[in-house]
Amino acid sequence: MSSATRAARPNKAAGASGGGVRPTRGAMALTTGLLIVFLLYSIAPTWFLLVSSTKNQTDLYSTFGLWFSGNHFVDNLQAIWNYHDGVFGRWIGNSVLYSTVGAAGSTFISLAAGYGISKFGFRGRGALFAVIVGASLLPSTLLAFPLYLVFSDIGLTNTIWAVLIPYFINPFGVYLGKVYADTSVPTELMEAARIDGAGETRIFFSVALNLMRTGGVTIFMLDFINIWNNFFLPLFMLNGERTFPVTLGLFSWVQQAQTARDMNTLVLTGSLLSIIPLAIFMFALQKYWRSGILMGSLK
Amino acid sequence: MSTLTRPPRVAAGSPVRRSSRRRTGRRGAYKGVLFALPFLVGFLFTYVLPIAYAFGQSLHEKKSSGLGFGPTKVVYTGFSNFSAVLSDGAFWSSMMRTLLFGLVQITVMLAISLLLALLLDGVAARAVRFFRAGLLIPYVVPSVVSTLMWLFLYSPTISPIVDVAARAGVHLSLFGGLNTYLSLGNLLTWQGIGFNMILISASLQALPRELYEAARLDGAREWRIAWSVKVPNITGILVLTGMFSLIGRLQLFAEPLLLRYVAPESISTDFTPMMEIFDKAFKTGNYQYAAAESLVLAVVTGILAFVFYRVTNRKMS
Repeated sequence: MSSATRAARPNKAAGASGGGVRPTRGAMALTTGLLIVFLLYSIAPTWFLLVSSTKNQTDLYSTFGLWFSGNHFVDNLQAIWNYHDGVFGRWIGNSVLYSTVGAAGSTFISLAAGYGISKFGFRGRGALFAVIVGASLLPSTLLAFPLYLVFSDIGLTNTIWAVLIPYFINPFGVYLGKVYADTSVPTELMEAARIDGAGETRIFFSVALNLMRTGGVTIFMLDFINIWNNFFLPLFMLNGERTFPVTLGLFSWVQQAQTARDMNTLVLTGSLLSIIPLAIFMFALQKYWRSGILMGSLK
Repeated sequence: MSTLTRPPRVAAGSPVRRSSRRRTGRRGAYKGVLFALPFLVGFLFTYVLPIAYAFGQSLHEKKSSGLGFGPTKVVYTGFSNFSAVLSDGAFWSSMMRTLLFGLVQITVMLAISLLLALLLDGVAARAVRFFRAGLLIPYVVPSVVSTLMWLFLYSPTISPIVDVAARAGVHLSLFGGLNTYLSLGNLLTWQGIGFNMILISASLQALPRELYEAARLDGAREWRIAWSVKVPNITGILVLTGMFSLIGRLQLFAEPLLLRYVAPESISTDFTPMMEIFDKAFKTGNYQYAAAESLVLAVVTGILAFVFYRVTNRKMS
């Protein structure tokens, strides 16, 4: 029996289809049908957002939400652009700044620390690594309030550093950095470079960092997405709307809508615009995306 | 952490023998700490110090001098904040509410994710890619934005759902009582199914194909194989994702906070523990109490993680 299955396996692999299933026609239709239902469920709200961003205030309330009526997309863009001297553009810019600088800083710090822990046998590194794994399990929302207390005492709140500095420190990134250093930087290569007279800093920058590039991209990508989506830390730290990231900016519009004028078309169009940079980023890095999600799930 | 600052212990044995290797080793050790230094300094500043500081704050209370008209003074009151938090009915009921709600919502979410992963396992590779991309769209949408989207989809005046129901003659209100929980649950499920489906799919793909072959030779149909062979072999990932989701639910904040703007009467300011902490800190201005609540929530989270860790480890071995 076992020899038969073993013989059958290479053929199956050569067939290279999904799971090697032999479904009946009815089962196949049911499978596809259910998948389509959930696909529509996943897409519909974003579709609603897209449709709504083309409507003016009146159409928003009077026409069916899932279909178009008259195109006011450009008007909505202009309304967003004109609101408070283009503060929305500033929010998008802030989000880009926080995400790129925060993720770049965190990636570099994490790779360096992971490399140090992986490749050098200093005392206490086992304990340090245990602390890092433990800290990476601690939800960052729990830290936001204690961080606020410290940062407000030293006058850091309401500056961009109040959000950037916490973004730089990511225990899970260090964990990934160590895993990547373990698997992709051969110690023999470091020895060879030492014999050639290269200093440790030079070895790190010109040999190790190159070898850990894939790991670096993964850490950068996970950080970028997390920072772009983050809402909690900026909400605690930032007060003036000039420093807001786009998530917090949209939230402030929803808050204003309670007391001031109806801002719904602005909120809807702004929401759509806020997804676009993230979608472009993820499309550009789609090669790393799925492995990144799987890595992120280790957390 | 303290182990790092301790001076290196002098190695036992002759200091002369193998001195060259020891020297490179020690030089390496020192460099290793240097590479980790930016992180270590940052970690002390953004993790250790804030927690210690919050603990210090939580041992104090704001008292106003005189008859309540004088300037307020922060005085040391020991563990009084903690004992107040521990007997704070509103705080614990927000915790229980979040946990119970989380258990139900996560069960539904994981059941759907599992179903989707099993369904994807049964279609052709090209279709898999197509469906996976579509099902992952909610993962790309920032949680604040997806909450805003659903906020509009729930709102009585704009929602196409309410619109369609009204045309069918049904007056639909998506908030109030149980509907509040259904609306919030739907939002979180929508956000989470694609991501969890990917994780479950990955662990399904890691299963050896021989498992199915044997069942097929015994004449099992696909749905039978899915239920009796695939599912029992991936309970590990289900428990793990369930555990992380539940810990995440304890931190639930942005979603209910935003939904509150549509339904202030059905989502209270202490709906979840984090909302309660936020309210105490920034509305009431009682930093000391909020700090004590944060620490209690951290400890509860830690205990939950530890219990789960023990249970799952026993299960795996």
